[in-house]
Amino acid sequence: MYRFLIRRILGAVVILLIISAVTFFLFFAIPRDPARLACGKLCTPESLEIVRHNMGIDEPVFLQYWHWLTAIFTGRDFTYGHCDAPCLGYSFVNQEPIFNAIVDRFPTTLSLTIGAAVVFLFFGVGAGMVAAARQGRALDKIASSASLLGASMQIYFVGVLATWILVDQTQILQRPTYHDFTANPVAWASGLLLPWLVLSIIFTANYTRMTRSSMVEQLSEDYVRTARAKGMSTRTVFLRFAWRGSMGPIVTIFGVDLGVLLGGAIITEQTFSLHGIGELSIKAVENQDLPMLLGVVLVSATAIVLFNIVVDAVYAFIDPRVRLN
Amino acid sequence: MSEPLLEMSGLTKHFPIMGGLIVKRQVAQVHAVDGVDLTVHAGESVGLVGESGCGKSTTGRLAARLLEPTAGTVRYRGRDIAHSSRRELKPIRPEIQMIFQDPYSSLNPRQTVGGIIRGPMEVNGIAPPGGRNARVRELLEIVGLNPEHYNRFPHEFSGGQRQRIGIARALALEPKLIIADEPVSALDVSIQAQVVNLLQALQRDLGIAFLFIAHDLAIVRHFSQRVAVMYLGKIVEVADRDSLYERPRHPYTHALLSAVPEADVTAEPRERIRLAGDVPSPIDPPSGCRFRTRCWKAQDRCATEEPPLVRLQGNRDGHLTACHFPEDPTSHGGNVILDPALQH
Amino acid sequence: MTTPFLSVRDLTVDFHTEDGVVHAVDGLSFDVEKGTTLGIVGESGSGKSVTNLAILGLHNPAHSRITGEITLDGDELVRAPKSQLERLRGNKVAMIFQDPLTSLSPYHSVGRQIGETFRKHTGASRKEARDRAVEMLRRVGIPHAQTRVDDYPHQFSGGMRQRVMIAMALVCDPDLLIADEPTTALDVTVQAQIIDLLKDLQQQFGTAIILITHDLGVVAGAAHEVLVMYAGRAVERGTVREVLGSPRHPYTWGLLSSMPRLHAPVDVPLVPVRGTPPSLINVPPGCPFHPRCDFQALAGPDMCRGERPELSPHRGHGDACYLTPAQKQDIFIEQIKEHL
Repeated sequence: MYRFLIRRILGAVVILLIISAVTFFLFFAIPRDPARLACGKLCTPESLEIVRHNMGIDEPVFLQYWHWLTAIFTGRDFTYGHCDAPCLGYSFVNQEPIFNAIVDRFPTTLSLTIGAAVVFLFFGVGAGMVAAARQGRALDKIASSASLLGASMQIYFVGVLATWILVDQTQILQRPTYHDFTANPVAWASGLLLPWLVLSIIFTANYTRMTRSSMVEQLSEDYVRTARAKGMSTRTVFLRFAWRGSMGPIVTIFGVDLGVLLGGAIITEQTFSLHGIGELSIKAVENQDLPMLLGVVLVSATAIVLFNIVVDAVYAFIDPRVRLN
Repeated sequence: MSEPLLEMSGLTKHFPIMGGLIVKRQVAQVHAVDGVDLTVHAGESVGLVGESGCGKSTTGRLAARLLEPTAGTVRYRGRDIAHSSRRELKPIRPEIQMIFQDPYSSLNPRQTVGGIIRGPMEVNGIAPPGGRNARVRELLEIVGLNPEHYNRFPHEFSGGQRQRIGIARALALEPKLIIADEPVSALDVSIQAQVVNLLQALQRDLGIAFLFIAHDLAIVRHFSQRVAVMYLGKIVEVADRDSLYERPRHPYTHALLSAVPEADVTAEPRERIRLAGDVPSPIDPPSGCRFRTRCWKAQDRCATEEPPLVRLQGNRDGHLTACHFPEDPTSHGGNVILDPALQH
Repeated sequence: MTTPFLSVRDLTVDFHTEDGVVHAVDGLSFDVEKGTTLGIVGESGSGKSVTNLAILGLHNPAHSRITGEITLDGDELVRAPKSQLERLRGNKVAMIFQDPLTSLSPYHSVGRQIGETFRKHTGASRKEARDRAVEMLRRVGIPHAQTRVDDYPHQFSGGMRQRVMIAMALVCDPDLLIADEPTTALDVTVQAQIIDLLKDLQQQFGTAIILITHDLGVVAGAAHEVLVMYAGRAVERGTVREVLGSPRHPYTWGLLSSMPRLHAPVDVPLVPVRGTPPSLINVPPGCPFHPRCDFQALAGPDMCRGERPELSPHRGHGDACYLTPAQKQDIFIEQIKEHL
């Protein structure tokens, strides 16, 4: 198990290095000059040089990447002052430390993602199990049709519609806002309830279908028959045996979906006017703010890679056959 | 005896096991086949028996050159094809055909029977006189199927009939050697006999040589003139059928024969040898004689010195045994109970 | 006469499928006494496994229809409520399946799987169940039972896995053990070990065993009585010596003469049964075997395709065939015996 974790973490480090390097060098493939933009309208060649130096983009690209990378671990001195490790540099646009900006925004995105995931996992797996237990009966058919409907929805459509109905017209739910979880959990939850529900409508469907088919498959396995043959009750067979087996594929897809949610944060945050790192990343691209872009990419990628390690560990916990390899 | 058709010597196949913390490297290997010598003469049926994991199927695949050996030679009609390229193998391929165990998964479910049997002829550009379709019908008739059923799909046939389709496909290229890997073990008893009789007729009437791989000793006895017994990647005994079944010298052969359940209630109770435990892992096979961990005759020498596959005193020509302490050739047929569990 | 321990009378199992009604078992009757082994022999689709799943009520009632009587130790099982069957399964009646790798849960340790059966039926504590699991593993001959109890099925070899399966089946000292092809997935030397184990355990605990197999050799070595099934019906029944030594039904003849043997003269050709087993949706009328039978003309015109022959006599060596006893004996001695 430890070997497995060590190997996965080492692999994750390599992946993050590759992602950051690719982002870095792709940025410089853009023909526009961020210093030019920062220098303003009355820019002389001399002041452009100074701006370039202040931004740290007067060095060769490889050296720049190296400085950026080492700053994460050792900190770095800029003209604006010293940046403590973990240092992701300063924004080209407003000279704000990137790390602080991300720390400020990331909880919103994370709350959105994890909260929605918990809701849709709960409803999706629950509905799938009910459908599997009631194979071919009314509940099964309702769950199947509902899941088809949900799967064909798009966030910007459902989101806008739900906001209009539930907030503007009926005031059943709050307009989405982010409150610090540690300060006021109730406000935190009620502020994010609408986006969670909207995201869940779309994702629950998929989990219902997958859980149902996975359960149905497991229920026809030989070991489930053995469990019944040794006197286990229908409920035990269903929960202890078939459910355990059916969760493997669900957990795997869940790892992928967490990444999809995080990547889709750009659209979700726009739809609900939330200020997370999705919003940050759009601005960073608009303003050619390389340090900000790199920071957002690195933090998001780290989160996705960590999610996947956790998912794999959970998978190994569920299925002992995976542990040995 | 006629010229050797297929001659394997020192044939070895190791499968690597990859592992390692960061970089994948080979951490161990499965000794699937470890120095096998076996010859098949033209028109002859050689049986290869052993329990699961003994390497008999791998040997079959090496013989058909579906796998490339790690070491050793495979001579087909005198020419070493052990490391031949795809192109060099192309003219030989039609002459060596395989029949597989599972008649359900070894036929393409989306192709008609005619398409399946025609396939090998098309690939090899063979145009029989009268056309390929006529040949397909002829082949269906040879294997005992209705020639008018060439338009049907595999799922419309029963297990035994599907195995006949597989045989017809193998026959399409007029092979000289068929490697049959457990061809009847997925079939019901009454159907098994139909297929065995068909294979026997092919050997007799068309002069096709067979390497017949099976775990069922009774079927091998029925079908093969010479039989080799494999254990953990090595041949432990090889002999003419009568010699092997009536005077086995290797303790493993003896134990294997005595473990076969017989549907014979009138005969005298037979000698019983019950082997303890399971076959060891081929990743780390025992030193010396590989059977020693389950052998009731094993002594210190068996752990240090690997017994060579040789002709023992008192044996017929061609009866080779790899054992330091072979069974007495005259003592068989008695009612000795050698079951360690029954002694206490 | 005392009632037998297990008695099955006129058992019929039908499955409703998209293609039609599958008549998997049709009017089957047999008895099993304590301390004895009944071998049920047949090919795939003969209904031998379906019968035994029906004893435990393991067929899905939504897709199957079961009629007839199954009486175990005085209790009627076909119409028994679910809770009664659950108390019975794994406790008084236990089952072993063909493939121990797929039949054991890959997600739970073997100790847990054995122990939970014990806890379910005895209400034992976790600790007691674990101790019992170790004891059972030891009883079926698994070395280092104390440490192996926490291993998972995939960490055992095929033979050891089947021992685990047997340990699990025997954990509540069942009175009836149903073994469905217990050695088919195993190597021949391991098969012999498992059969010996079952015989030993039967001698110690007086368990009744139903041994389902396609291998007449296994039956000869392990059973007291045999029931030969074909297309969902019993075609011959008797002691092992009677059925294998002087078989009376043409299908039994066919099975025996198509089997290659180790000790018969080597030039005796195998005589297969011609044709293929019938579809259970359209079972041939009369004797289901008549389309594949070489002797139907001897029984008289249209006899075999008319009324269905009953298994007679009702006790002892019986067969379901219209040939006269003299015909059967003549045919066996003159045409069949030389192939055995």
